[in-house]
Amino acid sequence: MKATKRLWIRTVVGAAAATALMGSAWAQETLKIGLLANLEGPFAVPGQDGYRGADMALKEKNGMAGGKKIEFVKVSSDATPDKAVAMTRKAVEQDKVQIMIGPLSGDEGIAVKNYAKTKPDITFINGSSGAQATTLTDPAPNFYRFNTEGAQWLVGLGEHALSKGYKRTFLISEDYGFPYSQVQGFMASYCAKGGKVIDKAWVPLGTKDYASVIAKIPKDIDALVVVLGGSDAVNFLTQYEQAGGNKPMIGGSITVDQTVLNYKGKRRESLLGTMSAGPMADSIDTPEWKKFVADYKAQFKDGFPSPSLFAYLYYINTRATLEALDTVKGDLSNGQKAYREALQKTNFKGPAGEVKIDANRNGVGTTYITEVTKAPDGSFYNKVVKTVPNISQTLGLPEADFKKMGLGSRDVPDCRK
Amino acid sequence: MSAAQWRRAMNSAATAAAPTTARPAPSARPASPSAPGVDVIATPTWLSRLAARIRLRHLVVLAAVVLYPFVASPFFTYQIGAQSLALGLIALSLTFLGGYGGMVSLAQMTIAGLAGYLVAIFGTSSMVSISLGWPWWLAVPFALLGATVFAAAVGWLSVRTEGIYTIMITLAIGVAFFYLAQQNYTVFNGFQGLSKIAAPELAGIDFREPVGFYFVALGCALAGYFLVKHLVRAPFGVALQGIRDNPRRMESLGYHVTAHRVAAYAVAGLLAAVGGVLMVWYNGRISPGTVNLAQMISILVIAVLGGMKHPIGAFVGAVVYVLLQNFAIDLFVRERFNLVIGGVFLAIVLFSPDGLLGLWAKLRSSLGRPEISHQKRRPQ
Amino acid sequence: MREQRKKIALWLLFAGPIAVFSVWAVVDNAPLYFKTLLNGLTLASLYFLVASGFTLVFGLMRNVNLAHGSLYLLGAYVGWIVGENTGSWLLAVAAGFLSAAVLGLLMQVFIFRFMEGQDLRQTLVTIGLAIVFADLMLWAFGGEIYTFDPPAWIYGSTVLPVVEKFPTYRIAVLLAAIVIGIGLWSFLARTRIGMMIRAGVDDRGMLAASGVNVQLIFAVTFAIGAGLAGLAGVVGGTALSISPGEDTRYLLASLVVVIVGGMGSVVGASIGALLIGLAEQFGLAYAPTYSVVFTFVIMVVALAFRPRGIMGRAA
Repeated sequence: MKATKRLWIRTVVGAAAATALMGSAWAQETLKIGLLANLEGPFAVPGQDGYRGADMALKEKNGMAGGKKIEFVKVSSDATPDKAVAMTRKAVEQDKVQIMIGPLSGDEGIAVKNYAKTKPDITFINGSSGAQATTLTDPAPNFYRFNTEGAQWLVGLGEHALSKGYKRTFLISEDYGFPYSQVQGFMASYCAKGGKVIDKAWVPLGTKDYASVIAKIPKDIDALVVVLGGSDAVNFLTQYEQAGGNKPMIGGSITVDQTVLNYKGKRRESLLGTMSAGPMADSIDTPEWKKFVADYKAQFKDGFPSPSLFAYLYYINTRATLEALDTVKGDLSNGQKAYREALQKTNFKGPAGEVKIDANRNGVGTTYITEVTKAPDGSFYNKVVKTVPNISQTLGLPEADFKKMGLGSRDVPDCRK
Repeated sequence: MSAAQWRRAMNSAATAAAPTTARPAPSARPASPSAPGVDVIATPTWLSRLAARIRLRHLVVLAAVVLYPFVASPFFTYQIGAQSLALGLIALSLTFLGGYGGMVSLAQMTIAGLAGYLVAIFGTSSMVSISLGWPWWLAVPFALLGATVFAAAVGWLSVRTEGIYTIMITLAIGVAFFYLAQQNYTVFNGFQGLSKIAAPELAGIDFREPVGFYFVALGCALAGYFLVKHLVRAPFGVALQGIRDNPRRMESLGYHVTAHRVAAYAVAGLLAAVGGVLMVWYNGRISPGTVNLAQMISILVIAVLGGMKHPIGAFVGAVVYVLLQNFAIDLFVRERFNLVIGGVFLAIVLFSPDGLLGLWAKLRSSLGRPEISHQKRRPQ
Repeated sequence: MREQRKKIALWLLFAGPIAVFSVWAVVDNAPLYFKTLLNGLTLASLYFLVASGFTLVFGLMRNVNLAHGSLYLLGAYVGWIVGENTGSWLLAVAAGFLSAAVLGLLMQVFIFRFMEGQDLRQTLVTIGLAIVFADLMLWAFGGEIYTFDPPAWIYGSTVLPVVEKFPTYRIAVLLAAIVIGIGLWSFLARTRIGMMIRAGVDDRGMLAASGVNVQLIFAVTFAIGAGLAGLAGVVGGTALSISPGEDTRYLLASLVVVIVGGMGSVVGASIGALLIGLAEQFGLAYAPTYSVVFTFVIMVVALAFRPRGIMGRAA
């Protein structure tokens, strides 16, 4: 009696374990699209906004595209490339998605692009990753990025800085890939038109105490170029003010964005007037942008006061994905050939300007130059002061010059005294 | 210390252990019920000992893992199966070091990561300015050697400090390596890391394919498992467990405690290094994110989850962990699955310190099967 | 005599290069050197505040409380809420201390009390608690950045000789750390409870045998240690903002400080904090690329010479 009972229990447990481990493929009635953002790690909160952006794009189309019902298979990573690839692999091989949207951060993008090369039958579309190398170095023919990247986001800021008379600047920036691109975008035209970045202070990621970096700031500069993000930016700004600093600041795309301007605590007047640039701004004065903000606010009561950069980027990439599906009426046959041609030709008017891609499948778009201003209700926002359209990955330089410069790094580009 | 001194220490341990009645760690060796009449039958002793110890469940499990890739989908073979084996191997090194040696080291993932980096640096990767381009059969052994030497160094640093310090120090060493890899571009390529690291092709079998890679991982995992099983019954392992239980007494018996401990670190380092090579081939890339704090802690979570006193526990824990990682998002509230993993870990540590295997043993005994003698370890 | 000579040699080995470097730096850019020195001292005071609680718990109860960072973060969040609602920063500091102390007390009484002697298990439990707390706090408070609003007389900059403008708040932190350090030391050295705690660090068994309610002492110590972490959360959060991830950062800092300084010793914690704070700031000013690694290199070097930390005693 006891022996058979034992045997029975063991068989049941064993069978359950075996079935669980074997996995199964479900039949497809709807079209599954994978969606990868970050729900853990340093970008946990922006990641949620990314999902919101994608959801908005789908809702605009009433959940349908190309005549089929669309279902998002949502997966999450934690800003490490390993996890991004693992989750993408899960969505592609286990959940059998045919189109994959994501990832969120720059280095994840490069890793996913490399994975995309091993799956030529699946189309990969970017989420919000903005590293130059994803499409410039060893691109994948099935990876599409409808947004502009980090370097493109600061093109035009250099001229604006020079127009304010900031000829000599000092750079404080985080020491990794995305800021390298941003700095290259700023310096490409800033240096060419006579500006000087007399020194660069590359601060390791994870530094919170900028006191000693602040102590190194020379006295004879016109402005500070600060390319830090999130809480690092808040820390730096607070500490700079506490240390009695008063130089005007030129910020990177995520230095004075929503998350930084909306930190919970007393607003510091010293932020006012800080100039920055990016692919979008809170205060773009076009009907398309206003509709986008209104839709966001209506759909997401628990979201930010205004859609963030990540919501916008995921929105345009998802919308491009769905519009191309409409164009080919959902035809993903023949290695998705017709679909990819449609993607290449996709061109629509997004909330923040035209959305289209170049021959390298990278976005060509508009950059908005902004300045931090106080709204009537006392809150801070980024006011658009200039719009620079049609910026490509060569950053406004002739292609030969850009190729000679190479991708941004600690020492490239360089224009000291 | 020199090789000769080491050998002398080990030999003195072996001769000292045999006649003394004060045996260290009374439960160190699983009791092997010797088959009756084994002396009468003229079979070689090792074969009869082996036959006596094999149970039906061993054969079933072996058959299951060998046949697995043929019944499971490629995704499951690769992402679940092979990854569990590789992670399990790294966790096995921690089980060996912590469960049998009493030294819980959080730097095992660091050693695995270093092995991965060395494979990329010695072999081929995306950065031609860094990689030396050696063929894989040269790059891998050197990577293993480098990582093992590093592990011995970590061990040397950690054994000079006692007890709880080991966790803290290995944690700090691991984080230091993470920052070094993140900041240095000439050797480690900083934040981006090195990519395009591919497993080799051997005799027509592509180790990049799910089934091929699975069998490589399985082979390494089995080798590691049996190595650990053999070691803990060998004089070295028995002495190690003695040192875990009572270092002072072992010292007075003539064993060189520090040498044993450093050697244990080196052996665990080798296991972790093999796991690290598998991981870098699995991912095809390595970056500081592979060796960050969260990953270091996850190895500890895996080892504890399965049960730190049994080598198989490392693999059980790895399977559970990988399944949770991949499917928790589908089953639970999407944003809170970190809470789920932490909660499961906490529950296990609070209520079943011997991990899932301890739970399993309790379940078996409660179903009527008497408590198996070799499951009884030293009294808690 | 040989010991003396060895000590002198060691001192020269370390002090020599530092002295040479200092002379060069002062000649090169005096304000930068002294600013960095002050920055290092003030950062050290923050680290001391965080680490003192950790070393107290570690020293007495052999409990490597890896949830210490979570206590820091919880104190900061609760302090922020109190500060926002009452408008008083000092109340926020008190709230930070109390909330963390209460949580610490609960942890000790309901969890750790039953795991006496099982050091590894306690550590694993603290790791599990840290993971769970971190996610709960992310859920409750979101991922936004929180900053504090200290009273105007602490905020802003003061003018000092040589360095010119220096943040007033950092000077305040330095003073606070000195006051709390002295307070803690006198508590341990001059009060009865402090005496019992010190006795417990030396020999737990004897303490119990002499009739003292050891569990009460443990609970009080853990509460104080946790409370210090919460207080440091508000103080640190005012200097450097609060966001998810701060818990691991300060946990690592406490770990290194305690390892270098020696467990169970408040004086050791201050020495460790000084070394680490100065190293970080000087590294950031003069060699930023590897400044983060310096901290750990110092730890490794310190352990090579003093395996139990600079002021540590036999476990």
